Amino acid sequence: MNHPAPGQRPRTIIDKIWDAHLVRAESEDAPAILYIDLHLLHEVTSPQAFAELRARGLRVRRPDRTLVTLDHSTPTLPAGADGRPPFANPAAAEQVAALERHCAEFGLELHGFGSGTRGVVHVMGPELGATQPGMTIVCGDSHTATHGAFGALAFGIGTTEVGHVLATQCLLQRRPRTMAVTVDGRLRPGVTAKDLILHIIGVLGVDGGTGHVIEYRGEAVRALSMEQRMTLCNMSIEAGARAGLVAPDETTVEWLRGRPRVPAGADFERAAKDWLAWASDPGARYDREVRIDAARVEPTITWGTNPGQVMAVDACVPEPASDAQARRALDYMGFRCGRPALGSRVDVVFIGSCTNGRLSDLREAAALLRGRRIAPHVRMLVVPGSEQVKRAAEAEGLDRVFTAAGAEWREPGCSMCIAMNGDQVAPGQLAVSTSNRNFEGRQGPGARTVLASPATAAACAVAGVIADPRSIPILEEQAA
Amino acid sequence: MSLEPVRRIESRLAVLPAEDIDTDQIIPARFLTTTERRGLGRHCFADWRYDGSGRERPDFPLNRPEQRGAGVLLAGRNFGCGSSREHAPWALLDAGIRVLISTRIADIFRNNALKNGLLAIEVGADAWTAIAAFAGQSIAVDLERERIELPDGQCIGFSIERFARQCLLRGVDQLGYLLAEEAAIRAFESARVA
Ligand code: SF4
Repeated sequence: MNHPAPGQRPRTIIDKIWDAHLVRAESEDAPAILYIDLHLLHEVTSPQAFAELRARGLRVRRPDRTLVTLDHSTPTLPAGADGRPPFANPAAAEQVAALERHCAEFGLELHGFGSGTRGVVHVMGPELGATQPGMTIVCGDSHTATHGAFGALAFGIGTTEVGHVLATQCLLQRRPRTMAVTVDGRLRPGVTAKDLILHIIGVLGVDGGTGHVIEYRGEAVRALSMEQRMTLCNMSIEAGARAGLVAPDETTVEWLRGRPRVPAGADFERAAKDWLAWASDPGARYDREVRIDAARVEPTITWGTNPGQVMAVDACVPEPASDAQARRALDYMGFRCGRPALGSRVDVVFIGSCTNGRLSDLREAAALLRGRRIAPHVRMLVVPGSEQVKRAAEAEGLDRVFTAAGAEWREPGCSMCIAMNGDQVAPGQLAVSTSNRNFEGRQGPGARTVLASPATAAACAVAGVIADPRSIPILEEQAA
Repeated sequence: MSLEPVRRIESRLAVLPAEDIDTDQIIPARFLTTTERRGLGRHCFADWRYDGSGRERPDFPLNRPEQRGAGVLLAGRNFGCGSSREHAPWALLDAGIRVLISTRIADIFRNNALKNGLLAIEVGADAWTAIAAFAGQSIAVDLERERIELPDGQCIGFSIERFARQCLLRGVDQLGYLLAEEAAIRAFESARVA
């Protein structure tokens, strides 16, 4: 049904998913009513929505389409004797407890403490197989685009809209514009999906995607694993886009096979056929098209205070000309234009988040740390994206690689990505982080953040300064 | 949630020329552990408004006597980028801001703002400069006529998505609107399963 009928104009995957979820099409006077297949919830953006439901005497319309976890204000230190982890403050404890109560009251499936499946919401959904091609997925969280890696239309919403979806399973939405970002050629060895998306944001600018849903396509995108595609789609919001996605293919199908929430046996084969049909039709038109040459992408970091202020890790910090904005960012970061960032002292390294907290990311970081120690002045925190990731990493001994190197191995959660659970960077400290935002104070008041891939972050931990992951043997000598 | 209708707002203008003001600046994450909508105003722009010891920074525009208590905020391009936290418009509203004007407003922020009765208005670069000249003075924003009225008599037109505008003018409850579509939603669900 997703192939164009004779005479029908070819459609993008974005149009197909949109059209298939219209309870009512939009008119000039009213937005469309869009049906939502999967609603993900966490503790920070939901309490006021539940309060609204309660005030109106409403139930959650489709608990079976609602998945809940605890991640943002949740501690990453182990639970105490009472089974509760040590919360940073009473407000955080109450926020988590409130969501636990709401789940009990409204009959929702909570992947909470002791569930074995708790995790950062965008790591957990795909792991469970809850995220599938062709779905509409929302969450009160702007990195919901992560699920777009599976060919789903997935986007962040505010708390009022969380209430709308809880009560009606629908949203009022205007049709987004479409953008194709085509990445030609292949990424070079040592260049990761994180480097690619930072590079893309640098090209588009932090508001270049406003109003659009991006479809990432091209040879380099096809060659990415599912984990890498999640990293890519995750940061679409950092270019201002409403969402980002990759059309499903055999890589998608194989990743989903055997997951708890996907059909099994012959039903799986049927589902897989349907999934593949969501891909954009040949000749489908986009409102905007951008081409990227994969061979030109280097290991990339940010030098400023927004994710569009990027540079190759071994380049000189660009001259911001007369741009007051960029000068302010440079001042805040303490970098000097025309000088390399390489060699700048690093205080904290954070590996984790929904951008880079999956097993493959931990492997990438561990590969550089194996047999080495991090620089003595560096604090390194490794936070697995979910309980499943944690178990899998421990099964292959990655936790021991990290702890032997001098890093802290934590329980899953958002941690230093948003710094609201007690894990934070001190004022003035420089952190190299695998998360997605380098805004002023994002990792704590006065904290300075450099975004990077897990490999680059690990290299920086070993060297104690900003370092190029491709030059690790040299850095190892320096650190010794 | 039903909102008070919004038709015309007359208030003092504050100007924050910085671009790409993200939601972490509007309301830093450490204040997000609240389970309420109210009370965030005192933390709005916390890290720009106060120094490390909690004292007001005199050079921050909203702390200047002539811009204090402003209800209209004019900000640089790409306001509200970053997270989907509705705490951002809640904090602005709680701090007394009822209109936000910029040359570009991030999608989720605008959506959240309009759903809470905070007028989020995009204007062109020239209009932005014209408005900025009246920092500290009272200006009027008329939603009915979709125009900004400056003290010197200039009028600057704007347009707000039609549905959102009607909802604001009439105080329409959007959740109520969706709930009234239950039959259509059920029909959609049964057609898909079949
Ligand atoms: S890891 Fe960071 S970006 Fe991802 S959901 Fe948590 S706070 Fe948001």
